Amino acid sequence: MRHLMVLLLLVVAALLTPSAAAAAQDGEAVGGTLRGPDGEPVAGVTIRVERAGQEIATATSGPDGRWRAAVPAPGDYDVTLDTGTLPDALTLREPDAATLRAVTIRPGQQRTVLFPIVSAADPAPGGAPGLPPAPSGPGSAAVLAQLTLAGIKFGAIIAITAIGLSLIFGTTHLINFAHGELVTIGAMAAFFLNAATIGPGWDLIPSALVAIAIGALVGAVLERALWRPLRIRGTGRIQLFIISIGLSLLLRHLLLVIFGSRPRPYTDYVIQRAVVIGPIAITPRDLVITVLSIVVLVAVGLMLLRTRIGKAMRAVSDDRELAEASGVDAARVDLYVWALGGGLAALGGVLFGLSEVVSWDMGFRLLLLMFAAVILGGLGSAFGAMVGGLVVGLIAQLSTAWFPVELQNAWALGLLILVLLVRPQGVFGRAERIG
Amino acid sequence: MDVIAILADATRSALGPVAALYALAAIGLNIHFGYTGLLNFGQVAFMLVGAYGVAVPVAVYGGPLWLGVLVGLALAVVLALLLGVPTLRLRADYLAIATIAAGEVLRIVFNAGFAQPVTGGVFGLSQFAGPFYAANPVPPGAYGLGPLVFGNRDVWVMIVGWGAVALATVGVFLLVRSPWGRVLRGVREDEDAVRSIGKNVFGYKMQSLVLGGVLGGAGGILLAVDAQAVTPNTFNPVVTFYLYTLVILGGAGTVLGPVLGSVVFWFLLSFADSALRQAIGAGYIPPQVIDPADVGALRFALVGLGLMLLLVFRPAGILGNRAEMRLGAGGSGVRRRRLPRATRKPVEGASR
Repeated sequence: MRHLMVLLLLVVAALLTPSAAAAAQDGEAVGGTLRGPDGEPVAGVTIRVERAGQEIATATSGPDGRWRAAVPAPGDYDVTLDTGTLPDALTLREPDAATLRAVTIRPGQQRTVLFPIVSAADPAPGGAPGLPPAPSGPGSAAVLAQLTLAGIKFGAIIAITAIGLSLIFGTTHLINFAHGELVTIGAMAAFFLNAATIGPGWDLIPSALVAIAIGALVGAVLERALWRPLRIRGTGRIQLFIISIGLSLLLRHLLLVIFGSRPRPYTDYVIQRAVVIGPIAITPRDLVITVLSIVVLVAVGLMLLRTRIGKAMRAVSDDRELAEASGVDAARVDLYVWALGGGLAALGGVLFGLSEVVSWDMGFRLLLLMFAAVILGGLGSAFGAMVGGLVVGLIAQLSTAWFPVELQNAWALGLLILVLLVRPQGVFGRAERIG
Repeated sequence: MDVIAILADATRSALGPVAALYALAAIGLNIHFGYTGLLNFGQVAFMLVGAYGVAVPVAVYGGPLWLGVLVGLALAVVLALLLGVPTLRLRADYLAIATIAAGEVLRIVFNAGFAQPVTGGVFGLSQFAGPFYAANPVPPGAYGLGPLVFGNRDVWVMIVGWGAVALATVGVFLLVRSPWGRVLRGVREDEDAVRSIGKNVFGYKMQSLVLGGVLGGAGGILLAVDAQAVTPNTFNPVVTFYLYTLVILGGAGTVLGPVLGSVVFWFLLSFADSALRQAIGAGYIPPQVIDPADVGALRFALVGLGLMLLLVFRPAGILGNRAEMRLGAGGSGVRRRRLPRATRKPVEGASR
């Protein structure tokens, strides 16, 4: 009993050190599957991950040939296959490719790397018919084109999630810090329907549709059960802001308990061969994500411009009192804005989860970028949020052509601060007194 | 279930070094948020520069520890000036987003590979506070009552930590009763009114930001010394949320609020943690319902729930006075001016 208590105290003490706070075992990793020339898995091979000559992690391939090494942060790593641990009958196709230098791991990414293995008896002829040399060098046109495409995809996802954030601020003056959790809820709902062992195992597309409905419902319930009663009580604006931070902490960690800390992918459309179009290569999955996001953005824009409820949303966002005086039911508009925001956030979550991986804090990682997008475009403006999202995505991705990848979000946040200083009403916002 | 052990755990963390350093950083945040109405959501950035200010000169450049402490405090002042000059003119909620973003940028940069020679990158720096522990006047041994014991190392950190908290509390007490403190509260209540009587509002806000930032830096220094290690990911935005929770719990805009808030917060947090673990261990809660590994996450969820309930039902906290500190009234752009209750008597003949 005494030992047990000591152990318990040690555990408690370990948990109490602030360094044990979130951001622990989730996140970035590198991995892959080792297969021999006939496609049979190769087990027991050691792979080392190093950074600046310092060993970060090692992994050994399992009986199915799979291996995975978690890395502590995004960045560039050297991944080395220890050729001494390969079975004697096998060898690497390119012997000097035992170390893959500067493998770039982006925030939240589960990077897959390949080590082509051939039989030692018939090594590949010199100058193996491998892939053409990858375009490299900062600023090369091909790299920029590729990054621009990635930026549009990332930016469109940010834009989709940020519209709701901006409209919610416009109509109810709430800075919704829990908006990231709506993104995570959407991604996880689709994960449950699509890939969870206890789920029904639907295809991703119907799962995504249901997830959007769930997101819209969660948004509407939050508005009616929490925010509207609080507004009626006359709760102050700063108070509401901090309450949304509490809600964010609560939801995020409940999701962590439900989902677990390990990031997991959807089952569909995960591994695809890239299609090469001119200088750029894109997987059909990323192409669909990009096109679909842009279609959704256009559709939302048309909805806001042409439909009655869309016009009402813009009217309430513009001037609540005036809209109410003109006969708009502002409370109903608030509800629709929350449902729209929740649904779009859920869709953004599914797309983000598809392009990377589903994890418990994915929405929170996206949140500050969403804020950057919203502030860039002007708080309260849906169209501003769309353009702001695209700009933030492009900046984050294009910066990696010249600067280290782990700084990509820092540039976007730096832009956020810069815009706040120079033009706090946003690039498209209406000038009003901010100070 | 061993209730004594749970209470001992809870009391240990309520009095321990971590509670002291959170109290210190929270006193700083209370100057910003409680007295001046500045919605600084980057307090963790001040802790970060304080912690690295002490770690880098000692661990990388081999300097003496006292120099590290001075560098840490100086960096907090520099950060306050850099952050304040451009952002203090922003409205409260914009300031919140700008400061949280600044904190994240710092964390990302300190994490980055190119900063590794100085900051140690993701692995951070460790073992730099040797002289502090070598100077420990407390003889080795365990101190405490029954199951509540602290090692001599912890006792030394606690003496210094709570000593700093006491100094800071007395300082804040004297400052807020001075004419300077009255102007600060005036800024919180109505910036324009203060400006209209010829006070330099920006200057007062800046002084408040520097003072509170230095206390945040001191909290960071204490964290670095206590853990003998710093990594950038320790300083994520959740730490600032914790600080807000405990400032509001104790009572924003009160002298003892942050200290009481920190003690109560850590007591409740580790009480919940320890009780949940014991309940699972003893089989009261089947592991299928709550896995022991989830207890850590549930604690964070409870903090979030607690923060929400506090703000909904008792935004003035334990010590606060509703009339003194009206959250959301000051500096938020949309001001609702409530008359004091006494003057709100219905006018004769004007009843509904």
